[in-house]
Amino acid sequence: MILIEDLSLAHGGTPILRDINLTIDRGGIVALVGPNGAGKSSLLSLIARLRPLQTGRVVIDGLPVTTTPGPELARRMAILRQDGVFAGRLTVRELVGLGRFPHSQGRSTPQDRARVEEALAQFGVADLAERFLETLSGGQRQRALVAMTFCQGTDYLLLDEPLNNLDMFHARHLMQSLRRMADEEERTAIIVLHDINQAAAYADRIIAMRDGRVVADGTPQDVLTPDTLAEIFGYRMQVTQIGGKPLVLHHL
Amino acid sequence: MTEPMPEPVPERMRAEWRKRITLPRVAAAAALVVLVCFSLLIGADTLSPTQLASDPEALELLLTSRLPRTLAALLTGSALAIAGLIMQALVRNRFVEPSTAGTAQSAALGILLMTLVFPAASLGVKMIGATALALLGTSIFMATADRLPVTQPHLVPLFGLVYGGVIGAIVTFVGWQTDLLQFIDIWTNGEFSGVVRGRYEFLWGAGIMVVLSWWIADRLTVLSLGREASIGLGLDYAWTLRLGLLVVSVIAALTVSIVGIIPFVGLVVPNIVSRVIGDNLRASIPWTALSGALLVLGCDIVGRLIRYPYEIPVATVMGVVGALLFLKLMRLRPAHA
Repeated sequence: MILIEDLSLAHGGTPILRDINLTIDRGGIVALVGPNGAGKSSLLSLIARLRPLQTGRVVIDGLPVTTTPGPELARRMAILRQDGVFAGRLTVRELVGLGRFPHSQGRSTPQDRARVEEALAQFGVADLAERFLETLSGGQRQRALVAMTFCQGTDYLLLDEPLNNLDMFHARHLMQSLRRMADEEERTAIIVLHDINQAAAYADRIIAMRDGRVVADGTPQDVLTPDTLAEIFGYRMQVTQIGGKPLVLHHL
Repeated sequence: MTEPMPEPVPERMRAEWRKRITLPRVAAAAALVVLVCFSLLIGADTLSPTQLASDPEALELLLTSRLPRTLAALLTGSALAIAGLIMQALVRNRFVEPSTAGTAQSAALGILLMTLVFPAASLGVKMIGATALALLGTSIFMATADRLPVTQPHLVPLFGLVYGGVIGAIVTFVGWQTDLLQFIDIWTNGEFSGVVRGRYEFLWGAGIMVVLSWWIADRLTVLSLGREASIGLGLDYAWTLRLGLLVVSVIAALTVSIVGIIPFVGLVVPNIVSRVIGDNLRASIPWTALSGALLVLGCDIVGRLIRYPYEIPVATVMGVVGALLFLKLMRLRPAHA
């Protein structure tokens, strides 16, 4: 369980997050949605202790992020940022292998290597395993990074816009992988998503933010109504139902 | 969306390279043996293997001068290449190295100040002062480099050149004012002719730093992914950064005090090795260290031969060889940094 209490963040006097209180249970997919600058990425980096907390606290499975040793947290929680990694001449296999770093500190065991091969195959980058990252396209690199994050084998995955650069095939494949992981292994994914319909189709819970506040929180059916969507994004859009899931016609 | 970058080395070649990794290993070992033999036998008094067996004076020359000189070149070369590699990982910029970013100049300033303030102190104590100043100088460089816009990667080495130049100018100014210019030449112009038994042993400390860097290679690889990725993987980012800085500073202080500044080693060797082996430091550190050792020893031998029986300092030879290699690298390199 992730517990977020009284979390606020300001940057140079400008408030970015205001008084966030959330409880995220284990198992399932939580989608963070909202307009640009709503504070989604900031919230994710605070949970992942990439930035120091200014107020409030974040507790992962009973461990406060500010005082728990780094490796201990890295075995429970993995984060994929939009622009966090600058690897050039690492091969895809080496990069994915670094996902095992919290477990092996670099001295990889046969189990670690098996997990790496599994992740390479799962995200369709096994063919690229010996290629340097700098030779890949944006989408291929993104899949390699996702494979590395999965390979960390944590109960909680925090993914900041993981569908960036992915084509439809791979975007759908990633969401299905997350769904399977949540259903079969009771793991938890917290994802920043811009495609609201991916959230509608795959998420168990949608947390909508605007101006640093949580403005809606519930199941896709609860949150994805014309009124709530207008409150989040600032304009009215039609919502239909397909196969029992809401479909937002946000582009019309 | 970015287009796929042109590959530095064709895919197939690299796979084969890795498969037949024994061939380069054998070649490197052979090159090492040949260069070491050359280095032991060549000098103002050329030794021959038969002489060594019969003449005790020749053996004495070998043990007090040639062997220390050869080991010093190997240790210095590997340590400088590793210092460059680590610095590039810390700053995440391929165009920095200790001698072009103020570290070596800070070390020279440190040993100069120690000589002025504690003239009676032993060389070991002076080196501690040099290490401290190298740490300080490099920290200031890194803190400043961190504030430069990431979209302009070439600003970092440019800033380093200016910064190193300013510190170098301070060294010269202080040396001028205190009549120590001839000492400064020893620290800033790298050469091995003065390296004899009883003095070169400090360089084993640089060798220990090379071993230490190999020991923490995986942590340094994670570090090179950046702060956020490092924290996400549970690395103690701040401590690893400090450890890397310490390794770079100790290497700079030891080599500057004993040998003097040798340019380009830390720049060209890691860049060439990276093109072939990649940036996984666990794999690249042994090759970087070995290539640095071979390059510096090779340049020292060339310096001994060109004007035989006179010598050209290794720093001068390396300046020419390194510049040529660097230009070659710039032409090979695709437009991104």
